[in-house]
Amino acid sequence: MEKIVLPEIKHLHLIDVYLANGGFNAARKAFSQSPDDIIDQVKKSGLRGRGGAAFSAGLKWSFMPKTTTKPKYLCVNGDESEPGSFKDRQIFEFNPHQLIEGILITCYAIGAKTCYIYIRGEYHKWIRLMENALADAYRHGFAGEQMKEKFNTDFSCEIYVHKGAGAYICGEESSLMNSIEGKRGYPRVKPPFPAQYGLWGCPTTVNNVETIANVPPIISNGWNWFAKIGEPKHPGTILFGISGHVNKPGVYELPSGTLLTDLIYNYAGGVPGNKKILCVIPGGSSMPPLRGDQLEGIKMDAESLKAAGSAIGTGGVMVMDEDTDLVKVLARITKFYYHESCGQCTPCREGTGWMLKILNRILRGEGSVNDLDLLISVANNIEGNTICALGDAAAWPVKFMIERFRDYFEERVSKEIKLPVANKVHSMRKTEFPLAEIKN
Amino acid sequence: MDFKFTRENLDKINDAIKRYPDKQAAVMHALWIAQAQNGWISNEVMQEIAKVLEINPEDVLGVVTFYTMYHQEPVGKYHLQVCTNVSCMLRGAYDIYETVKKSLGIENMQVTADKKFSLEEVECMGSCGSAPMIAVNEDYYENLTVEKIEEILKSLTLTLSKEEGV
Ligand SMILES: Cc1cc2nc3c(=O)[nH]c(=O)nc-3n(C[C@H](O)[C@H](O)[C@H](O)COP(=O)(O)O)c2cc1C
Ligand code: FES
Repeated sequence: MEKIVLPEIKHLHLIDVYLANGGFNAARKAFSQSPDDIIDQVKKSGLRGRGGAAFSAGLKWSFMPKTTTKPKYLCVNGDESEPGSFKDRQIFEFNPHQLIEGILITCYAIGAKTCYIYIRGEYHKWIRLMENALADAYRHGFAGEQMKEKFNTDFSCEIYVHKGAGAYICGEESSLMNSIEGKRGYPRVKPPFPAQYGLWGCPTTVNNVETIANVPPIISNGWNWFAKIGEPKHPGTILFGISGHVNKPGVYELPSGTLLTDLIYNYAGGVPGNKKILCVIPGGSSMPPLRGDQLEGIKMDAESLKAAGSAIGTGGVMVMDEDTDLVKVLARITKFYYHESCGQCTPCREGTGWMLKILNRILRGEGSVNDLDLLISVANNIEGNTICALGDAAAWPVKFMIERFRDYFEERVSKEIKLPVANKVHSMRKTEFPLAEIKN
Repeated sequence: MDFKFTRENLDKINDAIKRYPDKQAAVMHALWIAQAQNGWISNEVMQEIAKVLEINPEDVLGVVTFYTMYHQEPVGKYHLQVCTNVSCMLRGAYDIYETVKKSLGIENMQVTADKKFSLEEVECMGSCGSAPMIAVNEDYYENLTVEKIEEILKSLTLTLSKEEGV
């Protein structure tokens, strides 16, 4: 199968090699057409965002206002902090110029003169690699003012790397914009959406690294070619990152719609010791977990996974064998969201902590069966009640893990229904401060 | 203790300022540069950054306290960051974590008495496919085993004692 984003070409990260393989021809082709034509082609190609929500890239670009006096911006999201995701770093390392070319085309299409590539702070090495590639592109005239001469056009754009500093929430698009502005990375209330009110109040588009890296091949080979790869409703290849209990973990670029079992058993070499699979999280830790005995026939694309009760997310597949302690896994996932909640919204800030407390109680062997319902109730009260989707991301694993593995969790808690804590406090107050005595 | 940027670092910050329509946006760059120069972000560092960028010190503080990678206290010469998130955990991250704790004799967010090592339990670092992992300062060490982490700790200690010998 042809690889689009990470082709197997030696030293492709070097600009000379990239150029020798047709590099920057797509940009040249794009600049000879109108921006609206480019948006139209990307729309028709069916390219959907690879950052989590799988939203149509072309449609998102078309939201950018055409008549505005304000500057417009492109943000490329390389925050890559969702547990189980490790694909964008491959692009920084092995094909950075295709990302740069994708940025040029995208900026041209939406009319942006400035692009910020936001990369998580922990990726020191990949930031250096990306900055080196960028410096090479500038030196060769493929970015900045000299573009005009190089491509013989009126268009040019500047590209900068913005280094994060350790905050998962900054992957959320509005938080990312606040972070670029030099503020605390709090998500913003939407609407207004970034296309109306983004960076410094100007029209802004935010796209994932992999999404943008897909743009040059679409322009080169035509939307028709792209639309035919993989599943028609979510076409193209996807960089699947597979981790956990598999023999060959890593990133595999495969057509969308590849069978999950194929990915696990053929590409990732199956489960060590030929153990059975207990659970798979198919799209990064935020996505609803699937039961190991229900993986047959599940295809890896947005629509199929939705039908199977989960979501494609970032394509980060985490595999857990039959000996995995799911309570421990869920507690660890919840600890992550508790740690990463920005603290703006009460349901998320408090709820994640409560869920963690309850899960730790179950881990200590002190849980009771009503704790399971309590967990689901807390999760339900977080979901949909927060400014950004981190709340949902924290709620889903808890809610769906317990619902789908109810039998497993019930074995880990006592059958005895314990008095809710609130009532205990109430009755304690009664005995310690009898109302009758507080008369004078 | 007073803090002043070196000439070279000031140039770097001025370079960063040019990338944005607003000076405040350079604050994260400035903090990274300051941390490289000073090792950690003290109050004096924040005051100085506020002055250079012409913003309120409170706004610098707000940024420092939001992002986990800016050290608000000095860390060891080698800052060890052990990922214990799910993909790493499934492949033995907690054994790695315990080994590090035991051999250094410190707990999470502590620094050894000789200030050579510090330890931080971190969230997913994007190495799930080569788990378990640790980062030492800026470098990733992946596909670890308990034996390998012991080797790494040994070689770090050796490097330090060689440096002292010179
Ligand atoms: C808590 C949270 C974290 C996110 N982290 C990332 C991330 O690390 N990288 C990313 O591309 N998108 C992330 N997203 C999704 C972005 O908000 C946004 O939808 C995406 O960058 C859009 O790009 P796309 O349309 O190309 O997928 C995150 C969303 C949420 C709610
Ligand atoms: S879980 Fe440790 S690097 Fe992702």
